Amino acid sequence: MSRWTAKAKNPFDFFTSVKLRELTGKKACNLRELTAIIKEVPGSAIYYHTHVFLQKKQRLSPEPPNDFAYWISHVLGEYKLGEELASIDICEFSTIRELRERIITRIESHLFDRKESLRYAPPGREFEFIKAHSFVVPTGFKARSLKEFTMILEKITIHSIYFHIFEARLRLEKGINDFSFWIGTSANAPEVAHKIATLDPYTFTMEGLRRKIINLVADWGNEELKK
Amino acid sequence: MHISDYEKIVGKDIIHELKLISNKLKKKKIQCINSTKVGGGVAEILSRLIPLLNDLGIDATWDVITADPDYYNVTKAFHNALHGRKVEITQSMFDKFVSTGEDIAKRTDIYGDIVFVHDPQPIMLVEKKSNSSKWIWRCHVDVSSPYMEVWEFLRRFIEKYNCSVFSSPKFARELEIPQFLVAPSIDPFSEKNRELTPEEIDSVLKKYGIEKEKPIITQVSRFDYLKDPLGVIDAYRLVKKYIDCQLILAGNRAADDPETDIVLQDVMEKKGDDPDIHILLVEPERNDFDVNAIQRASDVVVQKSIKEGFAITITEALWKARPVVASAVGGIPLQISHRYSGILCHTVGGAALGIREVLNNPEYAKRIGRNGKEHIRRNFLSTRHLRDYMLLFLSLDNPEDIVYL
Repeated sequence: MSRWTAKAKNPFDFFTSVKLRELTGKKACNLRELTAIIKEVPGSAIYYHTHVFLQKKQRLSPEPPNDFAYWISHVLGEYKLGEELASIDICEFSTIRELRERIITRIESHLFDRKESLRYAPPGREFEFIKAHSFVVPTGFKARSLKEFTMILEKITIHSIYFHIFEARLRLEKGINDFSFWIGTSANAPEVAHKIATLDPYTFTMEGLRRKIINLVADWGNEELKK
Repeated sequence: MHISDYEKIVGKDIIHELKLISNKLKKKKIQCINSTKVGGGVAEILSRLIPLLNDLGIDATWDVITADPDYYNVTKAFHNALHGRKVEITQSMFDKFVSTGEDIAKRTDIYGDIVFVHDPQPIMLVEKKSNSSKWIWRCHVDVSSPYMEVWEFLRRFIEKYNCSVFSSPKFARELEIPQFLVAPSIDPFSEKNRELTPEEIDSVLKKYGIEKEKPIITQVSRFDYLKDPLGVIDAYRLVKKYIDCQLILAGNRAADDPETDIVLQDVMEKKGDDPDIHILLVEPERNDFDVNAIQRASDVVVQKSIKEGFAITITEALWKARPVVASAVGGIPLQISHRYSGILCHTVGGAALGIREVLNNPEYAKRIGRNGKEHIRRNFLSTRHLRDYMLLFLSLDNPEDIVYL
């Protein structure tokens, strides 16, 4: 039997994750305040502000997944620093704590080097810190083979793909996305697992990411069937 | 409407997700309370969401408080004060609020495991809170810069609730209780947003004497200087130099807004004898249908406001796949990504330039209209509102950042 239809050691259970937003009550109107608050807010706020764009603009353009970068560029007019923050490669980090440290370091070194006085956000355009509560729900979909896996990927919500690719790796600190882990360890296809693990998911739209993963697995399946 | 009717609009996957979440609320009794069954945004939202919650198998009910007209005069004044308007608030008004609030509490049966109270009118019901129930206060008002005496008075009741809900961080104030965020939404099956036939659209154009062949620029809003209708006429005139077009300024008369007539007078004066400017005072009972038709007939929808709340008229226009040119104020940038799902502007000249670009490039107009509609489909329809409310109810027993249901 080909690995495409072979029964996996363990089935893959699809979960979905939906978010409820909560205000933290913290607001920043300049870079010093911003860094001070970034240091103290819960990880769920850092996670929210570095990932909210992904789920909101799921079918539209790929967006810089970073509210801090957007605010620094478009409200404070500090475009260079904004771009530096937008270009932080979140895939490099396996915990929110590390990501938080990198953001703080970038802003603090910018503040250290700058000669001009601090810029202030106009009233009403302060940075409002929000945190996300994630509710993780089993979808009831279970894949027992890679063939079933691609069929389910076609019909689950974007929120489910988001959970297994982004949230599981970084917020739940699993170090690897759930799809790659299962494909590599249970479905016996480490080469596909590696391809998914080395995707650059933050630069896709969510629908684009769904198609990319389906195509990667299905193309591999077609090759397997020819063997 | 049934929840399954929404499948063809948002997709089976989203409805499946709503059903999964609702399964976790089956044992809860949700009691929603507000002050009116008809009229106003709160009643409109509840009249849509309660049947959908029931259809999902959740025991949700909706109760309405009753009080004498004097009480509503006081709460209207409080409402305006919370919005930051200058109103006279006297001690006797606070006394009236408390005495009627106590009376309402005596007459209102509280039976929900979760009691979901909307706006200030029924706020004092929280005095009946027991340890076995959880209470949520939903604020539909922008309280960012209120008349502080009223806010501080209400705050002592608000902070007895388990949590509060606001539409946007910009509308909230600091509180001792958690503040959740639930953005507004529109319903795709409502009279204001449902699909219309070409004949229905034509009938409205004919009624108001609007030509079909000439490009139509529209702003739908109440006649208020903050919506900048005079600026819209200036922008139209800049466009008119190059494109033979028409302008519609459509709104209705807000009963509680004495400024309407003054603004209308200024608008009429500025219109002069230009037959291509149509100032429409839509009758309230025809408002939803007529506005729907006008928005759908428009080649470009404008919202050149100086200040805005969430700007639900923009949500409606985007949902109809209209290209929108709007000021980057209030909730508008949440709905429009500049040049992707609409055009943001800051000045009369910027608005005129955006309108000309859209009118001269029909393919571009179609593309941004399509993108705008998709953004609304995913983020601002009643199904998302329903999901947020269900999560809110679940959060009362699950305050953690990550909750496994």
